[in-house]
Amino acid sequence: MTLNILVAVKRVPAPGAKIVLTEDAQRIDTKHLGFTVSPHEECAVEEAVQLVGKHGGSSTVITLGPPVAEEQLRTAISMGIDHGVLVETDEQEWDALATAAALTDAIQTLEADGDRFDLILFGNESADAGNYQVGIRVAHALDRPVVSGIKAIEPTDARATMKRAVADGFEVLDLPLPAVAAIKEGINLPRYPAMRGRLLAKKAQIRRLTPQRRDGGMRRVRLHHPPQQQAQTQMLGTGADAAPAVAALFEEVGLL
Amino acid sequence: MSLILTLSELDGDTLARSSRETLTFARSLADAHGWDLHAVAVGEIPDTAMADLRAQGVAVAHALLHDQLDGDAAPAAIAAAINELHDRLGAGALVGSGTDHAAEVMAHVAARTDLPLASNCTEVAPADGGWDLTRVRWGGVLLEDVHLEADVALLTAAPHQTAAADAVSPGAAELHSFKPELDESLHITRVVERASRGGGISLATAPVVISGGRGVGSAEGFGILEELAELLGGAVGCSRVATNNGWRSHNDQVGQTGTRVAPDLYVACGISGATQHWVGCMSAKKILAINTDPEAPMVTRAHYAVIGDLHELLPALVTEVKNRRGVG
Ligand SMILES: Cc1cc2nc3c(=O)[nH]c(=O)nc-3n(C[C@H](O)[C@H](O)[C@H](O)COP(=O)(O)OP(=O)(O)OC[C@H]3O[C@@H](n4cnc5c(N)ncnc54)[C@H](O)[C@@H]3O)c2cc1C
Repeated sequence: MTLNILVAVKRVPAPGAKIVLTEDAQRIDTKHLGFTVSPHEECAVEEAVQLVGKHGGSSTVITLGPPVAEEQLRTAISMGIDHGVLVETDEQEWDALATAAALTDAIQTLEADGDRFDLILFGNESADAGNYQVGIRVAHALDRPVVSGIKAIEPTDARATMKRAVADGFEVLDLPLPAVAAIKEGINLPRYPAMRGRLLAKKAQIRRLTPQRRDGGMRRVRLHHPPQQQAQTQMLGTGADAAPAVAALFEEVGLL
Repeated sequence: MSLILTLSELDGDTLARSSRETLTFARSLADAHGWDLHAVAVGEIPDTAMADLRAQGVAVAHALLHDQLDGDAAPAAIAAAINELHDRLGAGALVGSGTDHAAEVMAHVAARTDLPLASNCTEVAPADGGWDLTRVRWGGVLLEDVHLEADVALLTAAPHQTAAADAVSPGAAELHSFKPELDESLHITRVVERASRGGGISLATAPVVISGGRGVGSAEGFGILEELAELLGGAVGCSRVATNNGWRSHNDQVGQTGTRVAPDLYVACGISGATQHWVGCMSAKKILAINTDPEAPMVTRAHYAVIGDLHELLPALVTEVKNRRGVG
């Protein structure tokens, strides 16, 4: 059985040890930042490439974002994804309801043109907004089964078993295809794109779709930093000489 | 509209800690509205959990009873049942925990009702016919103030953000059984196998976590962290660099895309303290950084620090701990 797989990713800034906000507190100041996708989504891309490599078929990456989000599509293509689709927005961030509605429309457009996706993969949650819901909303709108937190996928004849970690072990779920899964980091180790992949990605055709924006009911007032919890670090010494002081700390905390 | 329905999860016979935090969070909204606080749980609710619900000020506890919900229900089926209950009750707000399981159930509820869902909230209050709320972004490095307009507020409470506290006066916690209809098609997603790691201390609940990053240098390098964790009755954690290098399983990863921990003590060995790691450990009561670099963010943010090579300190520390224990 061959597999036709769609992967959804989101372009986000890659902040370092500190996040700087713009003066109006409406967004992260990205002047000095690069952009990436969440590790969950990187793993979803890798999983699609591996599954298609093993079972045959084709893979597509889709993103809802501004024109510059093409960069994230091309990165996915350089890792081995076949096609890219940009659902093009302005610079504004769309909330989960609006994003899910627009992605659903886009998927219906792609499927009306003959693509039938056996699997649609999302990241478990985006790195910035962390809404934990876009994949599930799209699945409901398309009337397909969906599970989150997935760390293994094994397709078998029109079905798939999927595995996820739970507090004290793991559970395996069984789903009919077509299905939707929200992927968690740890499912695989994403590859570093090879030179050939990067050259292909540069030339790849990106399909563009124009979405309708629906009101999602949430309006941002401002972003801010949580109050600083800790001011002063207490030094317990240097190197091996600090062992007694650290052991004393263990005693103080009640571990010894 | 006169009640808030809160999704509660059990941990054995008692109410899960995350659910107690969530009830405390939801209660502040119930009080602000003058609404009753209701709880809903899957399956029969044991007496000890009922006592916890009473202490949290719950007026009515709904037990969802259905064959399809026995043991192996997928979140989709639980959400469908909650939805039926909500249709019956007409709740003004539905609140769940921001834990993996509850968040997934709440997302299904949101998809079914086509209502907005605000994830990982730290605060909420009624305002201008809707709600003003604060929610977590970037796993907790940033907060976002949001105004929510909706017929019903769907919220999850950010883990470890609200300390669980009993209500001033306990609730009646009247027990109601609810038998949802549930569509057969929900059966299509089922848990077909479940396995427990068996023994061991889980990362999420360990009293102490000994965590290692790039500074550990290799899979073998984690041996000394294992030894220390075992001596102290704790678990081993790691940074994403350790998982990406294949030194540790991703199940051990602490951080934004790994596990959030809140132990009494978090020991970060050779971890720089990038924001995405920090959000996974910042809820620890105490943090100790062991690092060669005194300027590393982990060092400047920790409560305690040792500057130096972890490969020198950790063996000396294991010996010291054994001596104090009078073993070895
Ligand atoms: C969206 C997103 C999500 C992410 N999620 C996570 C996550 O869940 N968890 C996570 O950990 N990371 C996550 N990351 C990655 C994160 O940004 C950092 O890259 C990672 O945490 C760094 O790991 P590290 O501290 O081990 O390595 P480094 O940053 O390389 O730091 C190594 C530290 O070890 C010290 N050191 C070196 N040798 C020694 C020695 N011998 N003794 C003592 N100290 C020594 C160095 O001084 C340095 O401070 C995420 C990134 C992104 C973009």
